[in-house]
This record gives sequence, structure tokens and C-alpha cells, in this order.
Amino acid sequence: MTVKTKICRDFIETANQAVDMYHSKKKELIPILMKVNQEIGFIPKEAMEQISSRMHIPKSQLYSVASFYHMIFTNQTGRHVIKFCESAPCHVAGGREVFDALRNVLELEPGETSSDGKWTLTTTSCLGVCGVGPVMMIDEDIYGNITPIQISDILAKYE
Amino acid sequence: MAYFRSHILVCNDPECVEKGSMQILEILNKELSLQGLGDEVEVLDTPRIGICSKGPEILVYPEGLHYIGLSIDDIPHLVEEQFLKGRSVKKFLAPSKEEGAQELSEPTLKEVRVVLRNCGKIDPENIEDYIAEDGYAALAKVLTEDSSEDVIQKIKDSGLRGRGGAGFPTGMKWAFTHDSLGNEKYVICNADEGDPGAFMNRAVLEGDPHSVIEGMIIAAYAIGASQGYIYCRAEYPIVVHTLNIAIQQARTYELLGENIFGTDFSFDLEVRQGAGAFVCGEETALIASIEGKRGEPRPRPPFPAVSGLFGKPTNINNVESYANVPQIILRGPEWFAGMGTLKSKGTKTFALAGDVKKTGLIEVPFGITLREIVFEIGGGIKDNREFKAIQTGGPMGGCLPAEYLDLLVDYEKLTEAGSIMGSGGMVVMDDETCMVDIARFFMEFIQDESCGKCVPCRVGTKRMLEILTRICEGNGREGDIELLENLSSEIIEDSLCGLGKGAPNPVVSTLRHFRHEYEAHIYDKECPAKVCRALISYEIYPEKCIGCTLCARNCPVDAIAGELKNTHVIDLDICIRCGICKQVCNYDAVLVT
Amino acid sequence: MDTIKSLEDLKRIREEALAKRKVKETSGVVQVIVGMGTCGIAAGARETMKAVLDYIEKNQVENLIVTQTGCIGLCEQEPILQVVKGESEKITYGKVSPEIAEKIMKSHVVEGNIFQDNVIQL
Repeated sequence: MTVKTKICRDFIETANQAVDMYHSKKKELIPILMKVNQEIGFIPKEAMEQISSRMHIPKSQLYSVASFYHMIFTNQTGRHVIKFCESAPCHVAGGREVFDALRNVLELEPGETSSDGKWTLTTTSCLGVCGVGPVMMIDEDIYGNITPIQISDILAKYE
Repeated sequence: MAYFRSHILVCNDPECVEKGSMQILEILNKELSLQGLGDEVEVLDTPRIGICSKGPEILVYPEGLHYIGLSIDDIPHLVEEQFLKGRSVKKFLAPSKEEGAQELSEPTLKEVRVVLRNCGKIDPENIEDYIAEDGYAALAKVLTEDSSEDVIQKIKDSGLRGRGGAGFPTGMKWAFTHDSLGNEKYVICNADEGDPGAFMNRAVLEGDPHSVIEGMIIAAYAIGASQGYIYCRAEYPIVVHTLNIAIQQARTYELLGENIFGTDFSFDLEVRQGAGAFVCGEETALIASIEGKRGEPRPRPPFPAVSGLFGKPTNINNVESYANVPQIILRGPEWFAGMGTLKSKGTKTFALAGDVKKTGLIEVPFGITLREIVFEIGGGIKDNREFKAIQTGGPMGGCLPAEYLDLLVDYEKLTEAGSIMGSGGMVVMDDETCMVDIARFFMEFIQDESCGKCVPCRVGTKRMLEILTRICEGNGREGDIELLENLSSEIIEDSLCGLGKGAPNPVVSTLRHFRHEYEAHIYDKECPAKVCRALISYEIYPEKCIGCTLCARNCPVDAIAGELKNTHVIDLDICIRCGICKQVCNYDAVLVT
Repeated sequence: MDTIKSLEDLKRIREEALAKRKVKETSGVVQVIVGMGTCGIAAGARETMKAVLDYIEKNQVENLIVTQTGCIGLCEQEPILQVVKGESEKITYGKVSPEIAEKIMKSHVVEGNIFQDNVIQL
């Protein structure tokens, strides 16, 4: 079996597990998509096809739903996804300078993934911790009171 | 209503009065009149300013200056310095507290914590902590003593209005859903708190999840529902975790499930996570999302109370609306209606963020002023800068300038002033904020979150964003302001849902109150607040630069040249106006012009 | 665990919970409460909690309960740590970094002296 085949099989298996977890119910489509997204980091084509086949929902409809929501990715992301809060309270608390520093250190613009596959930089709407702004999330970890100087140290924690 | 540029509050506590504070008040009025300032500065008396042992004391707003130990003879000098020359008189100033201070001065005096009563006091993962604070006693009362109609009447009598922003009377909504035909009904809690700057719901769900659960069970009993959902945004993973634990515990104690309290009422609850879409805070979009679809709003009627989730009658309320219910039942609707203003009863949580010293959550009765919120509870502006504006109601709200600081906060007054209550986010802005940039910022957010279903919102907001971006980049044109105004009225008139209808509000309110900033950007190619990068330059002030090279070393684009111990120079052709040099300079040598 | 099938059941559980609280207060046991709302975590509350637990292990501190709570609403003071000793007033500390947490554990919890530098009044 080639590596590529194995990876595709894993994607299909992940899709199956998500569908089974929610008993193939159509109303559970979003939790199913989120589950696959969480396991793989995005929803690959093979997984989407498997969900379509199992749940009898046309692929176009699946993509229509998946592409609507910011937290579901249909393209490959880096090992770590950075979500930087771009909302007004963080902006007012110095978020712009922190974001500039982040873009400079990573050499990425929002939506881009680094060539070594480590980072994807995205922006997010309010994370609800405005009292400690500027704020960002890396995967499931949340960081507050960020200053430009801290960026390198925070990023260094991730493999 | 007259708007004064300054207020003086004179302490009328017995100790201060004994020391002559009322004579001080009289002399202040006389002196201000003499100086022709009677129409500009208002003098009021109020209790509990501070340390009466050092009285008589006064507070001067909007600066938030606390003067102590005054005598009648001091007043003419104080008035001249403070109000004519705009200089504080140091010898009378109370010793200042350090910023981010360890001691908060009487912060919660004006607060009344109903919804937030348990937050920070109990362990949210322990249902017994909640029960010890009279948790589930309201539910017990309702199930053993009240009919569903009785419960609805109590909520109606309390005057509770939907806390999500629309302010629709909750009791009426419950009545509609109760009256709708059908045996299958749903109760939904809207925990998709997407407004930037709003985090009240997060705090309640993380700190006191059972108050919301109990409120939902009572609502379900009132309307006749047996299944409920809490739709929580995906950006709040800790909330989802806490809620799941709370629901599991409630089930274990049989407060959720079959035959609650041994009655024939059964109800269960499930958490549904969003997937990152601000528009899903709109009730019909939220319903679509739970059904597994794109979160697109639909026209109403039919309203969810008649045809909602899966086409069945559904009651949707905000987290805070449900969290108020147990207290209203336990303490009585008259208690709740005794707080607030004529049409806005009870308390409201607000999230203070932005350039204010004490950011965080507050809960106050309606009828409090913005000034009290910003300066008394919020501690005033950070770094002692000037107040410029406060944005209420989230991205569809308006920005209100200093003239509105004495506005009484309630649903109607905020709308009259050109803003909205929204869910309760308040972003305070200082004089380093560019209001055009802020309007552009909110429009960018709205454009990103527009579901795309209707043309006025989808295309209209895009066009408005293009115009605002051009203005901020120094390419504003004659006619831009008029175009923004036209587009705004069309989008408000013709959009399908609240997001579209509210989208132009930041622009409309900033045009109303800060038109001169737009004009400066367009006609003078200047940004008065020195924010818009295309319209500013960074310069190093030779007299202050000591050549430490710190700025050059930190510049991300190597735009600064200079030898050690010699004045440095910024090359404006390379400079990207990131502001890092100004931040790192320890000698205040970097100027923004 | 108890199930609640009637008003009497609810009252009983409430009274038991209040009694347990009273016992904690009168026994002199120390409670250390760390604010673990999302804002607290964003400000570093997990590291603060870890510092507290590490201190307890390293110094074998006994007669102590460590619990968590949600957001008090003083976001700019996070991470927040509270100490209750027996029936004394609850002391709230703000901006409690892991280093400050250690100092509070030593000074207040073990030695009984309030660590004044970081106290905030609610």
C-alpha cells in the first residue's frame, strides 16, 4: 500500500467514525463535519465523498454547508492553526501591532500556510475574552495580554 | 436635555457636610456663574465619594479628579485653574492609586448582581454549590405550585425583555409559543455570543451554568416543550465542556429527564456547537444551523414561536434572559420590575472593553448613565487619556461621543441616540482612536460575516467597505460621504435580517457625530487621530534621540538608519508605519505626524 | 449520588451542602480558589494552578482544598486567586503569575500572612 493510499483510507475511516458517532442523522451534519475537521485538521476530498455516500447528501450540498462556516476548513492546514482575534476591542487594545508582529515573524498573510506545513495563520472573530486583549488561539490554547515581543516565545512552544 | 462639558460632584455624606461641603457647593455655583461657566459646568451633590475623613471632597468629571480637604477660600482658585485654564490643582488632589491598582475603589457600589450573582463564587462543576445558593428552588416552586399560564404571567409581570439585543418582551414570546398548536415544541438557548466585545454570556455559562439550565427547564414547562438545545459558539470550547458537565450532573440528580420532581413533566437538554458564523446569532439562522444547514436567515413571519426548529413551535431566548428567570420566580416579578426604568426593567450585564482602566463585566440596573459606567465603575480612561467615544451594542451598534455620557442606559434611550443595546458589549475609545478606521473595522467584520443571501447586505456592505477603505488609504473623493449615506439608508430599508439592517449603524453614527474626521480624511488627507497609516508619518525627534539603536534593531523592514549615539532617521519610503519604533523607544523620541 | 424527586429532597441536599461548607469553615481548612474562566486561562491561570499544585506537592501542604471558579468579571486582574482560611474573610489576589502564586502559598497559606502586594478589594 502506498503512503497516499493509507492516508486516504485513514480519511475515509475518520469520516465513517464521525458519521457512526452521530448515527448518520442529517441534522447532525455540522457536528459530523466538525468532528472530521478536528481529527484531521480539515475535511479532505475523500472524507467529504465518504460522508456524501453514507448520508445520501450531494457533495455540492456538503461543500455548501462546510464552506459557510469559518471553523471548517476544506483545504489542508498546517500542523498548528493560529486564530488571531481581529475584533474591535482587541484592535483598540493594541491588536494591530501584535498582528503585524505575528505576520512578520511567520512571514504569512491570513489564510496562508507555511511552506514547511507547520503553521496556518487565520483571523477569527471575537473570542469573548476582551478583558485580556489582544488575544489569539493556537489550536485549542488561548493566549491573552499579548505584546509583540512575546510572539516568538509563544510560537516556540509548538513543534 | 442640556449637556454640560463638566460635572462637579460634591459629597453630601454627614461627615463632609459637617466639614462644610454644602457651603462649598454654594460657592462653586457662585464662582462658576461669575466666570460665565454656569451653562457649561454642572454642580451636583451625591453620597459616598470617598474618604470623608479627608473631606470636604469633590469629584470632577470627565477627568475623574478627586479633590479633598477643600475650604471655601480655595474655590475661586480651583475654578480658575480647573475650568478656565484646564489645569488640575495638585495640592488638593487625593493621593492617586496606581493603575491596574490592587485596590479597587468601591467598584460594585452601583452594581446589582442578579445574573452574575454566583459567578466567581461557586464551583461551576459542582451542582451542589448551585443548590446551596437556592439553585433549582424556583423550578421546584413552579412545578409544585404553578400552572404554565401562571409562570407566563409572572414573566410578563416582571417586564423582562429579551437580553440578546432585540428587547422583545419575554413573557409575550413565551405566551405565543405556548399558544401555538402542536405537541412537539422546542426551547433553544442562544449562546452564540458573537458580538465583538461581548462576553457576558460566556461568563454566566462558565461560572453559573445551572442558572441557565434551570431557566430553560422553567421555560419548557411554561410553553410545553420536552426537548431543548443550547446553541453555543465553537469559539467557546471551555463553555461547551462546562455545560456538558452541568447537564450530566442535572441528569444524574434527575432535574433533567423524565418526571422531574416527581411530576409528569419531562424535559432534556443538549448542547449544540456552532462552527464559526456570526450570523448564526440571528434566530432563524441559528435554527437552520441546528438543522444541519447553512446558517442563512429566512423572512419572518412565520416566527419561530409558530414554526421554528424542524417546523415546530420554538422559543428562543438569550442566555441572560434565561438566567434571570429563576430569580424572578423566587423573589417575585415585583422585585424585578422595581429595578430599572419605565420600559426597561431589571438589570443588564455589560462587558466593558477597550481603553478603560477596569475592563470586565458589570451588572447594573437600567437607568444608570454611561458616565457612571465608564468613569465610576470602569475607573476612567487608561493611561489618563481623554474619552472620545463609546460603542454600545456590538458591530451593529453606534458610537456615542462625550455629549452622551449622561444618557440613561435603557433600550429606548440608546436607540434614540443612534445606537442600540445589543447584547451588552461596550467598547470605550480614547482620543487615539480614528472613528473612520473604527467604522471601516466594523464594516469589514460585517462584510465577512454577511451570509450573502440578500443583495442589499451582500453587495451594499461590500461597496461601503470599499469606500471606507479608500478613505482610510487617503483616496477619499468628493461625494463619498453622500454615497455612504445613500447606501446606508437602502441597506437598512431592504435587508432581510437584523445583521443587514444594523450593518450601516457604525457608519451612520460616526457620520452623525464625527463627520469632521471623515472630511479631514477626504479633503485634507489627514487622520486627526494619527492612526490611518497612509496618512501619517513617523519621525525621530533629534533633540530627544540618544542613538541607542533600539528602534533600528526592532524595525521589521530596516527603515531606520543611524550610528550608535547619533540621531537616527526613518526612511519614509521604506517605513510601513507599524509603530514598533515608537513602542520600544524609551525616550519618547518618535513622533507621529 | 442523590436524586431529587421532591421538594424535600432538594431541601435536604441544600442543607447538606450548606453544612459541608460550614464544616470547611470551622475546621480551619484552607481553601484556595483559582479563577479558571476562559479569560483567566488566556491570562495564564493554568500555569498559576500548576504552580499552586506543585507547591503543595513539593512542600507536602496539608489541610487544604484547591477548587476552581468561573469569571468574576474583573478580567484585567486575571489570573485571580482567592484564599479562605476557616471563617476568615476571603482574600482575593489579582495578577497572580506562577511566581506570585508560590509567594502567596508560602506567605498566606502556610505562614498565615496576607501577601499584601497583590490583594484586590471586591
